[in-house]
Amino acid sequence: MIPAAFDYIRATSADEAIAALAEHGDDAKLLAGGHSLLPLMRFRLARPAVVVDIGRLNDLKYIRDEGDHVAIGALTRHRDVETSEVVAAKVGLLGEVTSHVGDPQVRHRGTIGGAVAHGDPASDIPSALIALGAVLVAAGPSGSREISVDDFFAGFLETALSPEEVLTEVRIPATDGAWGFEKFNRRAQDWAIVGCSAAVRADAGVGVALVNMHPTPIRAGATEAALAGGAGAAQAAEVAAEGCDPTEDLNASVEYRQHLARVLTRRALEAAGL
Amino acid sequence: MHWRMKAVERVSVTINGAEYSHEVEPRTLLVNYIREQAGLTGTNIGCDTSSCGACTVHLNGESVKSCTLLAVQADGEDILTIEGLADGERLHPMQESFRECHALQCGYCTPGMVMAAVSLLKENPSPSEREVRLGLEGNLCRCTGYHNIVKAVLHCAAGASATNGGAQ
Amino acid sequence: MTTRLIGASVPRSEDRRILDGAGVFIDDIEPAGCLHVAMVRSTCANGRIRRVDATPARAAPGVVAVYTADDLGELGRRNLPLLIPNPALTEPRTQFLLAFEYVHFVGEAVAMVVAESRYAAEDAAGLVEVDYTEFPAVVGPLNAFHSKERAHVDMNTNVAAHFVQEHGDTEAAFEGATRVLEREFMVERSAATPIECRGVVAIPEQTGQLLVYDSSQAPSTIRAGLSTYLGVAEHEVEVVAPDVGGGFGVKLPVFYPEEILVPWAARRLGAPVKFVEDRSEHFVASNHERAQWHRVKVGYEEDGRICGLVDEFIHDAGAYCPYGIIIPIVTASRLPGPYKIPAYGSEMHVVYTNTVPVTPYRGAGMPQGAFVMERVIDLIARDLGVDRAEVRRRNFIAPDEFPYVVGLMDEDGTTTTYDSGDYPRGFEKLLESIGHAGFPAEQAAALAEGRRIGIGFGCYVEGTGCGPYEGARIHVETTGKVFVSTGIATQGQSHCTILSQIVADVLGVALDDVVVKTGDTRQFKWATGTFASRIAVVAGSAVAEAALLVKEKAAEIAARIFEASTADVAFEDGDVFVKGSPDVRIPLRQVAVLANPLRYAFSSEALAATQFVGDGERAKAPPPSEVAPGLEATAYASPEFATFASGAHAAVVEVDVETGAVRILRYSVVHDCGRMINPAVVEGQVHGGTAQGIGGALYERICYDEEGQLKNANFMDFLVPYASEIPEICVEHTETPSPLNPLGVKGVGEAGCISAAPAVIGAIEDALGVEITSSPLSPEMVAGLAAGSAGGEAAGSFAARGGVGQSRGETDGA
Repeated sequence: MIPAAFDYIRATSADEAIAALAEHGDDAKLLAGGHSLLPLMRFRLARPAVVVDIGRLNDLKYIRDEGDHVAIGALTRHRDVETSEVVAAKVGLLGEVTSHVGDPQVRHRGTIGGAVAHGDPASDIPSALIALGAVLVAAGPSGSREISVDDFFAGFLETALSPEEVLTEVRIPATDGAWGFEKFNRRAQDWAIVGCSAAVRADAGVGVALVNMHPTPIRAGATEAALAGGAGAAQAAEVAAEGCDPTEDLNASVEYRQHLARVLTRRALEAAGL
Repeated sequence: MHWRMKAVERVSVTINGAEYSHEVEPRTLLVNYIREQAGLTGTNIGCDTSSCGACTVHLNGESVKSCTLLAVQADGEDILTIEGLADGERLHPMQESFRECHALQCGYCTPGMVMAAVSLLKENPSPSEREVRLGLEGNLCRCTGYHNIVKAVLHCAAGASATNGGAQ
Repeated sequence: MTTRLIGASVPRSEDRRILDGAGVFIDDIEPAGCLHVAMVRSTCANGRIRRVDATPARAAPGVVAVYTADDLGELGRRNLPLLIPNPALTEPRTQFLLAFEYVHFVGEAVAMVVAESRYAAEDAAGLVEVDYTEFPAVVGPLNAFHSKERAHVDMNTNVAAHFVQEHGDTEAAFEGATRVLEREFMVERSAATPIECRGVVAIPEQTGQLLVYDSSQAPSTIRAGLSTYLGVAEHEVEVVAPDVGGGFGVKLPVFYPEEILVPWAARRLGAPVKFVEDRSEHFVASNHERAQWHRVKVGYEEDGRICGLVDEFIHDAGAYCPYGIIIPIVTASRLPGPYKIPAYGSEMHVVYTNTVPVTPYRGAGMPQGAFVMERVIDLIARDLGVDRAEVRRRNFIAPDEFPYVVGLMDEDGTTTTYDSGDYPRGFEKLLESIGHAGFPAEQAAALAEGRRIGIGFGCYVEGTGCGPYEGARIHVETTGKVFVSTGIATQGQSHCTILSQIVADVLGVALDDVVVKTGDTRQFKWATGTFASRIAVVAGSAVAEAALLVKEKAAEIAARIFEASTADVAFEDGDVFVKGSPDVRIPLRQVAVLANPLRYAFSSEALAATQFVGDGERAKAPPPSEVAPGLEATAYASPEFATFASGAHAAVVEVDVETGAVRILRYSVVHDCGRMINPAVVEGQVHGGTAQGIGGALYERICYDEEGQLKNANFMDFLVPYASEIPEICVEHTETPSPLNPLGVKGVGEAGCISAAPAVIGAIEDALGVEITSSPLSPEMVAGLAAGSAGGEAAGSFAARGGVGQSRGETDGA
């Protein structure tokens, strides 16, 4: 299981990466930590003609306390997010969620930007970003733009990033509110069969998002609305699967996924003190 | 354009303190580089999905799965493999702990397991039994049922192996 | 001798090299100029090959050759061997080296690419075009039994074998029974998945010899097969198993095509050729096991004693049956386990399906039998309202009833007869270990907190140490090293350590001075192989006998030197001396020198053995002509009957009734493998087997879809448990020596995996108060069972489905 041959470009700046993407278009793939892309390439499910390695863009590796939000460079590794005091203090949910991604070796290499830009509905991190109301920053040939997390996930493994854009930063509003994260899987390191992130945000609203319940990472909108309307955790969790279109796989039927979404949402809300 | 595109890339790395430099296809996986170009076959391959951890080495002091890195990604970096762990004849305390606790059988997962365990204790020097089990969640073993592996890591953490102070 | 080594948990002699990364596994062998193979495998489960076009692949960069069946000549028209025929196997089918007319499973080898690197070989393999006319796939044992579709379109049935056996009068037993119960059970397909995949490296040497490295459990058999298939004289081919990264049966010599094709290509190309599977390939190209459907009828008394049992079962053989019907024979003969069943009948149907062939995986039919039997015991307990431990006690074969005749045919063709055992003693020890007496209170207290916990048991009898034979040669070198060579291969079972312990004990030498070489036909040609938990028993007995012969010879030589009686010669710390005069001693290595009359004095020690050393010494030097030179002996052990180890597992689990998650809170095993050579090694075997058994109960299941495509051919989706899923395993021992060998030992290799599933699933059953008849269980199935037991509808429709991923076709039919 060896990737098909490709040409390799090592970008030394975001601009260089953007230029490479602009030149090669759909033939090119960005390589950050590589933990989403390389497995696909080994199975030859992805066969990019050009791989643009952005792993050395050290100026995109940071975690900054910006007062009302935390700014995390796209190439910041899971390990650094997981162990960051800033993250723990101001966006604690994200630190906890990140500690459940893969295994230690994966967290030593995988990056927050890579996980988000892959757009995988089974990834844990987007659920935290949705619950916390994050904003994503993308850089392209015509400059930089901000994308609300709610507008970012466009379809299965598809995002709002255009082919020549590079995700550069994740901005997460700070909150000292309580939170809860529930991940259900069969082995500790596995992808979630279903997961739920819930966070009490600074604006006093409650953000709730689900893992692996839809072709994209998804906000549990009905649950959030129920909570806003005064419902308790148990009642709000009953509608968690509404609006979700989960798939069946070897580990779960659609009905079981919906059931798990309700159970895990209730537990996450309870853990968040609701 | 000021970047280079070519069929082969030069990769220069330090492995176990020695310098290696080779021209390789960009698609060369780091584990293949270590085994074939550098000739260090202690690091094993057990899967294609980053699941088994047999290929675990240290990259700049941290455990990584060398089957899920391209060799070009490791260019210029510092790598430690199982062959570089012992101090000459003196086994690293983790290796010694594995020996003392009967923590290996066929030995195929062992190099990766030992490297993962060493990295684990660097990050958490006094783990609980549960933390050891979770810390090794990236490494499969089919022989030992993990029982004695967990014991060995706790044994090492307690400083109890013959090479980290403990009486055997 | 100061310390006895047999019975001591000495550290392993294998470890140092491996810990240094200096182990030499098959993929580490890379001779200069080595060519690499990638196989082209069928993507069609059942079909006729219309066309294979290798032209583009042959033109690809780095490609040396691409072979299809047509390129193999006569060899390509010869089926791979049926290794173990049986009269009941009326429709034997084995595969060809490369499929040329039909394919019968996804993964079957169709073409072989040889290139300058594995990278180039894989690229070219992707260019080989194969067109198929597809036929409907037959998947699942029940489906195969009832389906009108045929797994082999040239057959008018899917049934390969039908075999009925009876011991006692079951009809009469049911007539006399006060209660009768019938149930159906299903054990799903699984796979061994050692962390190292299979591989072969073949090197044509300048001498004309062919040297083959094969990650095999039986290199001597591979050598014989190569000689036959390649038409090479036996002395021209040698086979070596290097360090092997786990076997568990999947590396048995079932003759995977590559084991013959790679040496064939190496000879043809005059260059070393190497093939190592990758993991995805391993799942579709290396054999599976386990899938069986059972229907049991059992008659019993009000006190729970069984009077008769009949089991009809369907065994999924996969696409071919190179290993005959060994697995279902083992299932049938071992199903009664430790229980006395006065009348037992067994009817097996072995069916072909369009799936990877089925050959033994650790346990080899025993886990299926144990699952069925232990479920039956639990059902009887449930029916009678009697404690499950008590029903087991009432049915155990008593310690004074050995040898005990079970009656059915064993895998070696003998009538299954247990040699020794004390099942009640081990079981009581287990109950103590798991805390059975206090469990009802513990369970009630947990329930009061809203937690559902349960306890379960699984007993087993493990057939070990069967024939036909193993052998060993022991040679005391003039360096003092004791070199032991045996034909068995080793895959992590600590054979070198335990065989060293035996030799060191007999010869009174240090453990470090014993060097054991296994699995190299250049060193020792005669062997059966490593399977069926037989090495400690069979090779151990051979090694012990050879060591005794060496000791006898050394005693004779020493007696001459000391002018004493051979009976008075003692062996200790690497020296020999006369009992009562321990201060006058000579090293064993000196005896070794003297055992070999010399013309040339290559050292001062050798001088003593030369012909011209003066003063009557010469008269002593040459041994009598009937004695071979050298301190060396060869011996074989050929047990007529197997030894039967036994034991029991107990699990306490907690079930999350909402999600279906199962957490194992406590796990205990009591095992009895007779006299233990190395308790740490025994425990290691039990730990590892238990983890595989737990995997088989809760995680590991090979999933095929209706088209015969394997849906989880990787370690992300085939859920081998990690350390994070496996509990601490408490292992205790009882020792009931076997009367069948001088060491009193029995095997232990498969003990752990046999009864883990019944223990874990029994515990889930207990926690939920439901009846469970299949294995493994997914969380969805557990959640469904929990919802069903609560009479609730919270879990919705998935409760009724029993979870997705049940083999399709397995819930209908009979």
